Amino acid sequence: MASHAEQPHRKYSQTAIAEHAEGQQHPIRIYLVVWFWLFVLSACSYLVDYVGFEGYLRWGLILTFMILKAGLIVAVFMHMVWERLALVYAILLPPIAVLVFVAIMAIESDYTALTRMTSFVGGG
Amino acid sequence: MGETTLNGFGAKPARPSGIRGVAADWASDQRAFKSASWGKAMMWIFLLSDTFIFSCFLLAYMTARSSTTVPWPNASEVFALHMFGADIPLILIAIMTFVLISSSGTMAMAVNFAYRKNKGATVALLLATAALGATFVGMQAFEWTKLITEGVRPWGNPWGAPQFGATFFMITGFHGTHVSFGVLFLLIVARKVWRGEYDRGDRGFFTSRPGDYEHVETMGLYWHFVDLVWVFIFAFFYLW
Repeated sequence: MASHAEQPHRKYSQTAIAEHAEGQQHPIRIYLVVWFWLFVLSACSYLVDYVGFEGYLRWGLILTFMILKAGLIVAVFMHMVWERLALVYAILLPPIAVLVFVAIMAIESDYTALTRMTSFVGGG
Repeated sequence: MGETTLNGFGAKPARPSGIRGVAADWASDQRAFKSASWGKAMMWIFLLSDTFIFSCFLLAYMTARSSTTVPWPNASEVFALHMFGADIPLILIAIMTFVLISSSGTMAMAVNFAYRKNKGATVALLLATAALGATFVGMQAFEWTKLITEGVRPWGNPWGAPQFGATFFMITGFHGTHVSFGVLFLLIVARKVWRGEYDRGDRGFFTSRPGDYEHVETMGLYWHFVDLVWVFIFAFFYLW
């Protein structure tokens, strides 16, 4: 038992777990920095609309800012970077199924639109 | 040292990290989430299920919008407000976004102060979070009122594809409900902190398990999730 307790923490993740033993305790500064960046990124995504970018540039920028914001919230505010991988994978991998669903429905709705355009051009 | 405590704190033998750690945790023939307590793991699993619900709403919206042959209403114009003598596009939604992000910031700090057992700061930050959340819901109510008076209905609207109203009310309504319940629970948690129930470990009304400052973090997970969902709604519904 004592040997366990005195074992030096060689890897970073072990340090993280040791930290966790006292609850998720991190410096306030990191939250303020993330908060600041969330403001900046939100302002950027609003500007995409305000400036009036169109097409792939618009969609690309919207997705980029969205993913960055979501990543910051999950990683830091929700403490995911400090959790063990067993939990991280259990929570973050299942939503991949949603992406598959998105692909399926994109193909399906494309077909629906095509059918509507060819069959109901006269107002259906 | 060999036994496992329910909250996961206390037992800390060196555990393997990386993918080996994943295999070891899941194959340990005990609880799989070594670093997360029962309550936190359950909150995460609930949030995962909620992720699927909101994903399905956004998917339904995507399907409706990309399969309709009628033009989709321009969100930039629909949600513009007439301020300072000009129409500013999406301004209300932008303010709502900043309000919700700020509430996430105060929530993260509340969790931090809760673990430091600083009751005063925790209560103040929780109440600030609740106030910002209530502000958000209030602005959403204003937005709904504005759209309804302009003739938006779940089955039609003056500007284009009729599915616009249905998806708008469904998605923002479900999100607003989440925020409203979040505000309610923030007030409950703030009261518990204020009365020192987490210091004494009073049993909760819901699970009958002893209270702990970790509950503030679990509450925070829910609140950040609500903010997270708004990030996706803002991107796909309002900006796309």
